[in-house]
Amino acid sequence: MRSVYFDHAATTAADPRVVAAMMPYFGERYGNASEIHAPGREAHVAVDEARAKVAAALGAGEKEIVFTSGGTESDNLAILGLLQKLQPGHVITSAVEHPAVMETVRFLMRLNWEVTFVPVDGHGLVDLDAYAGAFRPDTRLVSVMTANNVMGTIQPIADLARIAHERKVPFHTDAVQAVGSIPVNVDELGVDLLSLSGHKLYGPKGVGALYVRRGTRLSAHMHGGGHERGLRSGTENVPGIVGLGVALEITAEELPAQQPRLAALRDRLIKGVLESVDDTVLLGDPVDRLPGNACFSVRYIEGESMVLQLDTKGIAASSGSACSSDSLEPSHVILAMGLGAEEAHGSLRLTLGRENTDADVDRFLDVFPGIVQKLRAMSPLYVKG
Amino acid sequence: MYSELVMDHFSNPRNVGEVEDPDGVGQVGNPTCGDIMRMTIKVDDADHITEIKFKTFGCGAAVATSSMVTEMVVGKTLEEAAEISNRTVAEALGGLPPQKMHCSNLAADAVHLAIEDYLTKNGRSDEVPKVLKKASL
Repeated sequence: MRSVYFDHAATTAADPRVVAAMMPYFGERYGNASEIHAPGREAHVAVDEARAKVAAALGAGEKEIVFTSGGTESDNLAILGLLQKLQPGHVITSAVEHPAVMETVRFLMRLNWEVTFVPVDGHGLVDLDAYAGAFRPDTRLVSVMTANNVMGTIQPIADLARIAHERKVPFHTDAVQAVGSIPVNVDELGVDLLSLSGHKLYGPKGVGALYVRRGTRLSAHMHGGGHERGLRSGTENVPGIVGLGVALEITAEELPAQQPRLAALRDRLIKGVLESVDDTVLLGDPVDRLPGNACFSVRYIEGESMVLQLDTKGIAASSGSACSSDSLEPSHVILAMGLGAEEAHGSLRLTLGRENTDADVDRFLDVFPGIVQKLRAMSPLYVKG
Repeated sequence: MYSELVMDHFSNPRNVGEVEDPDGVGQVGNPTCGDIMRMTIKVDDADHITEIKFKTFGCGAAVATSSMVTEMVVGKTLEEAAEISNRTVAEALGGLPPQKMHCSNLAADAVHLAIEDYLTKNGRSDEVPKVLKKASL
């Protein structure tokens, strides 16, 4: 049975070139990058080279890149690293952030910080008026993601950062879903802090980076041997870091071709679904959305059931339904767009990537209408007219 | 996450649909919680459930528990069917992940509500506590 992977927002396969670049650093060039002997220096050079690659991909300076264990840690370091030494004040974030940001600001709330979760419109775009109006004299940080993991909406980060800077407030963006999918340049966006994750861009799992604009005062969140200029202790994950550098180099090269190719595939998939299945809507912004993201709400049936049925046909996808999450809560992102719990329960997220082809789209469109029909026939909510 | 038996009931559910002219109807859940199960039954003069069909809006566990409970209940008397609990449904399926156990609750509840509906419609509402005494509500 032909296998189709449509869950790239969850993770991606590491590019063979990335894996090949990483391999020597496990068993041959295994030195600790902090040691002064030859094996150590060899590892250190590899980390430096990777750092240069990450910086180049973002348009940043090498000294502005901190390596972490992934997007979640980068988000934690950005937010807690900036705020933990300050007196409790105010933070602005959006209503559609990834839990790595949302739970970190919730943690701050338990330490007496106040947070404004700026609402979004029906497409998931931050309400600019509400955003500008949220600033207070004690606002110490803004954190708004570049692109959303659920419905793919891309936020107007340059505008949001500019508004924050007019009020002298630093701006962090969780760019985990954006880097590698759309062009991301830290000066064009105007951000002070930016998180990215290796395994979302055909790199290895367990490694990520935080961009820290020169002049941004951060304190360590992981204490220990003082690595990463004291900002993030822990022996460097040399293979992972090398892999991350190569992955970013590759995405930078291939993005100009990949972005339109994926967008075309995505659009054909969206058109195909909306034309072949009634009572189905596309979630998120129709224009400002990630090139690989096609997220739908299918009426009368439930998301996990769709995901399981697709799985029996060799197709991997995911859902924002309550049943498909560990917390049994429907996706807060879908609810924040003004949709009801029912729409969240019927959500299906398809995220395309590098190895997807027209044949994959065809295969999906072949089986999906039948799956919807089968589940609707079983549903107490579907009353045939 | 799901056992082979659960996946079998999910992919090939038994007794899907609506009983024509049902003697009892039980519906539980709501769209907000993300699970809705509807059971319709036919009962003969000797209190046997001769026919049962289900409709379910919900996840893999919801569909599987609905399907399984209909298999367990058909042919049983009302009292026997009332003894079926979330635990017995889950056991019959070879177990469910802990966060999915609530689905088996709904399946058992929907059947019990259908039984209650049948008794009430037939002027036997005084029997409800006796029949459902072993139910896990």
